[in-house]
Amino acid sequence: MRMKYVLSEVLVGLWRNVTMTIAMIITLGVSLTMLGASGLIYTKVADMKELYFENIQVSVFLKTDISEDERVALGARLESDPLVSQVTYVNKDEAFQRFQEMFRDSPDLLSAVKADQLPESYRLNLVNPEEYKTISEQYASAEGVDQVVDQSQVLDKIFNLFTAGQNVALAAAVAMAVAALLLVANTIQVAAYSKRREVAVMKLVGASNWFIQAPFVLEAVVAGLIGSVLGLGALVALKKFLFDDALSALQGLFAPVSWGEVLLTFPIMAGVGGLISAVTAWVTLRFYLRV
Amino acid sequence: MIQLEQVTKTYPKASRPSLDNVSVSIDKGEFVFFIGPSGSGKSTIIKMLLHEVTPNKGRVVVNGKDVTSMRSWKRPHFRRSIGCVFQDFRLLPNRTAYENVAFALEVIGKTKAVARRVVPEVLELVGLGGKEHRYPHELSGGEQQRVAVARAFVNRPLILLADEPTGNLDPDTSIEIMRLLDRINRTGTTVVMVTHDSNIVNQMRRRVIEIESGRIVRDQARGVYG
Repeated sequence: MRMKYVLSEVLVGLWRNVTMTIAMIITLGVSLTMLGASGLIYTKVADMKELYFENIQVSVFLKTDISEDERVALGARLESDPLVSQVTYVNKDEAFQRFQEMFRDSPDLLSAVKADQLPESYRLNLVNPEEYKTISEQYASAEGVDQVVDQSQVLDKIFNLFTAGQNVALAAAVAMAVAALLLVANTIQVAAYSKRREVAVMKLVGASNWFIQAPFVLEAVVAGLIGSVLGLGALVALKKFLFDDALSALQGLFAPVSWGEVLLTFPIMAGVGGLISAVTAWVTLRFYLRV
Repeated sequence: MIQLEQVTKTYPKASRPSLDNVSVSIDKGEFVFFIGPSGSGKSTIIKMLLHEVTPNKGRVVVNGKDVTSMRSWKRPHFRRSIGCVFQDFRLLPNRTAYENVAFALEVIGKTKAVARRVVPEVLELVGLGGKEHRYPHELSGGEQQRVAVARAFVNRPLILLADEPTGNLDPDTSIEIMRLLDRINRTGTTVVMVTHDSNIVNQMRRRVIEIESGRIVRDQARGVYG
């Protein structure tokens, strides 16, 4: 009977002030969508970093007038460097082949470049790709080295973009969360006010605190859960219509987002949404009802 | 049953204490009036017995429990042994007499079956047999106060606190309510009543404790209003 009482009070409470309830649920939903999206971006960036950095190479281009001795000496020095895991020598012919492959769609460019115009190079795989700077400093001024080029510089720019996007989503999530929490607090106050007589009697006759608070706290939790369902819906729509359709051309660039990962955000959104709503409601009641 | 030992209570920002070194002892089954002018500290005593305010100095013991050091989470359970009646009845307007009394039982975890057995009994006791399904606005003031008394008594409390229970009632109705409280007192329940009503005090001839400016100025076994 007590459970039934509490549940019916929750439904009555949500319905009593239905416009406020809807506003609360929508703000919670948007906030949780942002939270889920930034979580997805975060895991994707981590995935992509791993993927890209594994294959990343530092190219040490050699001067055209480098002598054979200098080249071998440099090769040996690179081989023995503890930061370097693998060294591949690319001679002029191989460089030309790679060049032809890379620009096979631009015959003009291909015909303009002769095989001996391309520099020889060492391609390095690093033990830790992020130590590129040390390598660059050590070898840029070495005898016979023209320049040191690192692919990760380009990648960093892309990743910075992702991280910025993630931060924007997170900031939006926090801002919306503040608005949502104020709405939750307000809704709970209104609910508590409309039930002030019941609450006064309950306190008087010695109803336990949890029993007095439960309907209000559950009301907020239900709103939080509905909000997280909205958030899940929004993320599903984002994946289907934005990621899979509109951005499908860029799929090679992004690590793919699976349905499993989208669904996995739901327990997180539901947990966060339910928990912060509950805590807000509880704190509001502490101040407002003094129970 | 109730002990106040050298209790002093000064509210924050108040210039003088509401209760100043007050000591009272009330035995089980007693019927006690607290009288005195407004602001004399009578209501503070009621609030202390309910653990709504705690004294700055001294000790308050109710039902063998030291209220002074009681943690607030223990308050709900403690309250179940105390019934309360107020001047303004404090009934729920959207519930019938029966539902008002049943509500008090159900929110402390009693089942509907228990309520069905106990509530008609207590409504009969307070003289509302046949009016169980009336709403408060369909009842007279006296009848509403009877519902409130039924709600306070349904849990068979050891103590009944009444804060000016006749304050809103005409003299005849007041006397009926007093008869009811007297009947409850005869079941062994300790009754503590705060009042301004000199007629009632004079008729009942029970223990009277008079308070003025936070001090007890009279404690008389079979007293009158003064």
